[in-house]
Amino acid sequence: MNYFLTETEQMIKETAKEVAEKYIKPVRAEYDEKNEFAWEVQEKIAEAGLCGVYIPEAYGGICAEGQMGIMNLVVAVEELSKVCGGISLGLAATALGTIPLILFGNEEQKKKYLPAIAAGEKLAAFALTEACAGSNAGGIQTTARKEGDYFVLNGTKQWITNGNVAEMYTVIAMTDKARGARGATAFLVDKGTPGFSFGKKEDKMGIRASSTYELVFEDCKIPASSILGKEGHGFLSAMKTFDMSRPGVAAQALGIAAGALEDAVDYARSREQFGKPVISNQGLRFLLADMAMKVETARAMVYATARSIDSGDRSCSKESAIAKCYASDVAMQVTTDAVQVYGGYGYMREYPMEKRMRDAKITQIYEGTNQIQREVIGQCLIKEAASKK
Amino acid sequence: MNIVVTIKQVPDAANVRINPETKTLVREGVDSMMNPLDAYALEEGVRLKEKFGGKVTVVCMGPPMAEAVLREAISLGADEAVLLSDRAVAGSDTLATSYALSQTISKLGAFDVILGGKQAIDGDTAQVGPGIAVNLDIPQVTCVRKIREYADGKMVVERMTEEGYDVVEVTLPAVITVVKEINEPRIASLKGKMAAKRAEIKVMSAADIEADLTRLGLKGSPTNVVEIFSPEARKGGVRIEGEPDVQAKTLVASLKEAQLL
Amino acid sequence: MPIKINKETCVGCGACVAQCPFGALSLVDNCAFVEETKCKFCGKCATVCPCEAITVVKEEMEAKDDLGSYKDIWVFAEQKKGQVAGVSYELLAKARELATQKPNKVVAVVLHDGGNAEIAKQLIAKGADKVISVSAPELTNFDDLTYSNVFYRLVKERKPEIILCGATTIGRALMPRVAVMLKTGLTADCTGLHIDPETGLLIQTRPAFGGNIMARIRCQNTRPQMATVRHKVFPEAEPDSSRAGEIEEVAFQKEDLSLRSKVLEVVETLGEQVKLTDANIIVSGGRGMKGPENFALLKELAEALGGAVGASRAAVDAGWIPYAHQVGQTGKTVCPKVYIACGISGQIQHLVGMQSSDVIVAINKDPECPMMKIANYAIEGDLFEIIPLIIKELKK
Repeated sequence: MNYFLTETEQMIKETAKEVAEKYIKPVRAEYDEKNEFAWEVQEKIAEAGLCGVYIPEAYGGICAEGQMGIMNLVVAVEELSKVCGGISLGLAATALGTIPLILFGNEEQKKKYLPAIAAGEKLAAFALTEACAGSNAGGIQTTARKEGDYFVLNGTKQWITNGNVAEMYTVIAMTDKARGARGATAFLVDKGTPGFSFGKKEDKMGIRASSTYELVFEDCKIPASSILGKEGHGFLSAMKTFDMSRPGVAAQALGIAAGALEDAVDYARSREQFGKPVISNQGLRFLLADMAMKVETARAMVYATARSIDSGDRSCSKESAIAKCYASDVAMQVTTDAVQVYGGYGYMREYPMEKRMRDAKITQIYEGTNQIQREVIGQCLIKEAASKK
Repeated sequence: MNIVVTIKQVPDAANVRINPETKTLVREGVDSMMNPLDAYALEEGVRLKEKFGGKVTVVCMGPPMAEAVLREAISLGADEAVLLSDRAVAGSDTLATSYALSQTISKLGAFDVILGGKQAIDGDTAQVGPGIAVNLDIPQVTCVRKIREYADGKMVVERMTEEGYDVVEVTLPAVITVVKEINEPRIASLKGKMAAKRAEIKVMSAADIEADLTRLGLKGSPTNVVEIFSPEARKGGVRIEGEPDVQAKTLVASLKEAQLL
Repeated sequence: MPIKINKETCVGCGACVAQCPFGALSLVDNCAFVEETKCKFCGKCATVCPCEAITVVKEEMEAKDDLGSYKDIWVFAEQKKGQVAGVSYELLAKARELATQKPNKVVAVVLHDGGNAEIAKQLIAKGADKVISVSAPELTNFDDLTYSNVFYRLVKERKPEIILCGATTIGRALMPRVAVMLKTGLTADCTGLHIDPETGLLIQTRPAFGGNIMARIRCQNTRPQMATVRHKVFPEAEPDSSRAGEIEEVAFQKEDLSLRSKVLEVVETLGEQVKLTDANIIVSGGRGMKGPENFALLKELAEALGGAVGASRAAVDAGWIPYAHQVGQTGKTVCPKVYIACGISGQIQHLVGMQSSDVIVAINKDPECPMMKIANYAIEGDLFEIIPLIIKELKK
């Protein structure tokens, strides 16, 4: 289907596809096996100029003044994820960690970090989740105590994507426990700051080429200028960020599903049983058709949401929640079905299909579980109905 | 450094097929592409520029549609592109082509090195690089697999030979033709693709390069094709049947009988 | 305009369109139309047109010289460390054959450092009537400029009618340079050479478009007519030490020495391995080998046969064997006596690199693949079973 991509979007798509075919495909199995971050591929993604697709021109990216570049990000992440949903996170998770800076950072902060991120020289990460605070983000325990011209961070963040490969970390910490939802603040923390270290490296079911780590803050002193946005606006910043970044996760899920579907069709055409290709069986064709319907509708939703955000619509919580929730559910269903199409070969690690199923699962969980997404959608429905009067 | 890279647009080799009935080339659906070895030459030129500063100018002789490979070259890092396009060059053999390209290059101003792929996949002659060197009266080194050093107007390179390689020192400006072993070409970056879309390709005619028309095209080509024919198709031979050990025995016996072993 | 189509006479039958080897013709408004950028001026269209509607006005390069004053067939005798390259001997034999089609003296020209005192005699034994030897320490290693200057001087002075040279790294650097210096024609990688009895011209046959098409080329209005030929295309003659010949030592002129390039070091890396392009027997593996470890089996077979190991691009791209072993369009072209293709389907890009082998043996599971169809001996089966059995049979 023609989604009327602009010239730039088309170029991004082609470039990402070339990078994926040439550099990601040959090594995806190896990095998945080794549970290692694919630095060599990240370099190629940077060289290809893909790291700045969502970053303003003024800071080294390609987005015009006022443009968000979410569609650009979606197109790039989708193409990379078609080949590997784990390696694509180097870019996607950096976007999550950088969007708060783009939305709420001051000029000095933007000048300090964005150019290097746009050039692919530095990666970023977003640190909110803690052991006791997943869906209940409000329950975070990490504190940021003001001390003169500094803040002192104490606490542990869990399951942070781009864990120890990032250079800039957007950390949400409590500055005033008493104020509850208004008591958190977002900070920009540099890797290597004394008191900031890495804890456990996670051994995951999927997206194993993505680096997932525990972040440990022990009397970590950061300058007051590290505040991102206003004090007390931490959760607000996080929520606003998620509204923009959900299409990114959705694109990852979409790519994983689309890649699975394409391979499944190819396989069904070449695998012969009972003297003919298995795709000759209507039952299998129906299964593939259902998969295709899901992928295409997910794509339409993700693209529409991304375009909406880019056009300036900032009240897109419901749509981006739908996009994320639907695309990730689709990814899980489609990859499961794709493994089924592959039959026994789908179960063997020698073939690239089972990895997609393992990779897909996380998209239903992180950046807001799909249950939280449904809650967001439900709350939006109420708000919309209430405002109709 | 002022680096010139000569590139050629050629039919996409993978898709060239012969119509089995007419024994002619099936041209429908055959895309054109940049001659693969020229892509290696371009990559080397861009790397030299990145290391030593300067600019890369790509030069191509071809029909108007050859503009596509020039834009591709810009997306891969070339700074400027020149297309020599003129009916007068139609039918040029390698002598006429070398003359046309060297005339074009001489109009571009001073240069330090001319890089090119060792040969093109359609002509396969490997003659144009040295031909350009003669016309410009500069040295040449062919089959280069590595550029070791560049300093004080000289380059030290490794030329691949049948036994290994020669280490050659050459005074610039010179023509260097390269082989696949020299590098791994990059893919076009986003910025490169955008630059390629915006780029202005300089198109030059035979008059622009002040060419002697008697040295271009058919008139300037001492060799010409007198006949085209399809090669005798290799016919199949015998199928060796039987169990594997019988097949093995039969094969060895047949080869011995034919005195091939 | 070289190709003229008479719109009145053309009936739009399309015969020319079908026969054009380069797809340059099409029918527009029921009349033939030629796309100049694709046309190679071969003239085939004019010969097949039933209405004589096509005229090919072949413009030609003017003869600027007294062509009749050029005589003799020269063979550039390539040598390294005093050893003449096999391809040069092959060309001496071919030159002798051409000399029977049109009387000519066969002259071998050798540039060297004098290290092998017998080199001229060896060339005569292999077919030269005369040897022009230029010996100097400056000629120890091939240098493009110095060798070009020396060879050009000799050609200019002595005006050979034909020059043949091996299409080696040296030949493909030297001949193009000299041809342009002489402003004459050079045809590369010829697979056939003969003298046209009518015109007395050297007709050079070579493949184009990866071997899908053959072209006959000639160089009528300039001299010398130059051609390079690959190793193993023509056979060598047995040496005949009773042959007599003239040896002329020509002094090296100092001004021919160029300081603008020089060889600093000659490095040999191939060592003991049988060079693929020299091998008489090649055992080659493709996708059917399934993995790098299985090439050891091919190596064993190659050793048992005294041959070399080759590979298809699929095997090289998969990282199973180094690129030096790749046979095909983007690898090496080989012409052994026996080419044993194991698990190679025979894509055109591979065939192009080995289809002129004398005998092709194919071992493959797929009896219908291109390699099996063109093989002299086709064995349908599991190569992992058959190859050990062949090795066993050879060792008996």
